[in-house]
Amino acid sequence: MTTTAAPTAATTAAAPAVTREAYRDRLIPLLGTDPRLMCLDTDTGLFGPGHIEAAGDQYVNLGIAEHNLMGIAAGLAFGGRMPFVNTMAGFASSRALEAVKVDIAYPALPVRIMATHGGLAAGHLGPTHHALEDLAVMRTLPAMTVVVPADAAATAAVVEQSLDLPGPLYVRLGRKATPAVPSDEPMVIGRAQRLREGTDVVLVGCGPYPVAACTEAADLLGESGISAAVLNMHTLSPLDTESLCTAASGASLVVTVEEHWRSGGLGGAVCEALAERQPVRVLRIGMPDQFSDTVGGQEYLLDHYGITAARTAAAVTAALETK
Amino acid sequence: MTTAGAEATGAIGATRLGELRESATRIREHVADMCAGPEGGHLGGAYSAADIMTALYFDVMNVDPARPDAPERDRFVLSKGHAAVGLYATLAERGFLPLDELATYGRPGSRLMGHPVRAVPGVEAATGSLGHGLALGCGFALGARLDGVDSRTFVLMGDGELQEGSVWEAATGAASLGLDRLVAVVDRNSLQLTGDTDSIAAMEPLADRWRGFGWAVQEADGHDLGALVRALGTAPWEPGRPSVLIARTVKGRGLPFLEGRTACHYVTFSERNHAKARAVLGRSRKEDTR
Repeated sequence: MTTTAAPTAATTAAAPAVTREAYRDRLIPLLGTDPRLMCLDTDTGLFGPGHIEAAGDQYVNLGIAEHNLMGIAAGLAFGGRMPFVNTMAGFASSRALEAVKVDIAYPALPVRIMATHGGLAAGHLGPTHHALEDLAVMRTLPAMTVVVPADAAATAAVVEQSLDLPGPLYVRLGRKATPAVPSDEPMVIGRAQRLREGTDVVLVGCGPYPVAACTEAADLLGESGISAAVLNMHTLSPLDTESLCTAASGASLVVTVEEHWRSGGLGGAVCEALAERQPVRVLRIGMPDQFSDTVGGQEYLLDHYGITAARTAAAVTAALETK
Repeated sequence: MTTAGAEATGAIGATRLGELRESATRIREHVADMCAGPEGGHLGGAYSAADIMTALYFDVMNVDPARPDAPERDRFVLSKGHAAVGLYATLAERGFLPLDELATYGRPGSRLMGHPVRAVPGVEAATGSLGHGLALGCGFALGARLDGVDSRTFVLMGDGELQEGSVWEAATGAASLGLDRLVAVVDRNSLQLTGDTDSIAAMEPLADRWRGFGWAVQEADGHDLGALVRALGTAPWEPGRPSVLIARTVKGRGLPFLEGRTACHYVTFSERNHAKARAVLGRSRKEDTR
């Protein structure tokens, strides 16, 4: 990220952090204050002895059994509880999907699916542990709120706001530390954050690295005289169509950037909304239609597959030239 | 509903047994009527489970049709959700929904779908995709324990359903959590859609399997209402362990011309066969009340 600002409290707070740890550290104290809350784990290792002791009988490790996890969470939620369930994004959205659909989404229960290792966060662990379909899958489920916090602070905000959310929630988290995404606008589930003003193009990002790529690309484009607005579309369902259309009003191009297959996720959601409300050309940057075939960490893979600021800026430049 | 004296032993008298038998027959009659409707229904599995559901709803479980959401109620999950016609008939006989509503089953606009939905009073969870009910039951039982409520959760599963791996995830979970207010019943009719359960996927020794997973196990004749009430009424059988009753049943039990045949899995009665079924059940009812 390019910045010329002098170090301030805000930039100090913007150090990279791990969103799954931010979630854990916000949830544990909340357990003690809200007896509805439960933390159901599947041996993820996210919760250590200190957290488990603090949680008392509100923490349960169910072992490596994701379908069972979702069913038990549903049973608890039927009885008035609000379970936070823990597994990896790939397992929540594929292995346990039927239990999510039938037992949680169908009765619209307030289960919080806290899915770590989202996108390419599992890095060298490979495609079995990558989750590049989860957002597409989850946002098709009626009543399911789908959120990808862009950083640790936003994650803590999502945890707090989830306490007042009546239905099910899917939250995609990361694995290792990712950049902070400072914003003048507060993180509110369902409301996109406008990170940059601009008139020529709109860059829409979802997730820590894609949002950072968008702001950096906007800066690059600005150097070339192209005015780019940036939206952090952290909530995919319900999509903030209003903010999207307002930002896209008058723009000749919208570019989506996401850590997800190009189908069905942010790009799909934005295309659906704009096609219905305000047709404008859309370019989708995301994982090409393939499983990762190379070894590398999250940042390496994002770069390798072109989910970057440079690619975003280049796509805008090329599109405007060929207009 | 269990009387204080009977609770300790689960024993019931001859008069009470006759009443229960009559309820089970009435349930079978309703199911036959529903299966004579345009959509037909899963008669075989409803009949094999009819006595189990009768024992639960008319004797064992603490439920109140006037207060279907009472916090202290016992929970029932029909994990083998295709036996919905049996559950609807049981709930109607028990007063959870009007008896005449059963005639709407499977018809446009009815809330009585082919698999149970929560819109129906008394239905705790929508079921039908197999292998979900036991985990749901674990959640109910864990929640009750955390709430300090002394209710029990009963989960009725089909034996074919045990082929779903998720059942064993939940079996492991329930035992690990020590959910001894959770009671599973396996409707062991030994038949699934296309044939014999064990020839399709090996299942025996079934009781040992459950024991191996840490459950307290009993077996019973699933059509002996006295035995069912005794076994289910006295659960949990071992402190700290969930209980499973393997109820040996006959698919289609109650209609000799269908009993034990794969053809009874899903039945759409012709007028003639509906009348035949009604006649057979009518004779049973006379024996019940004799």
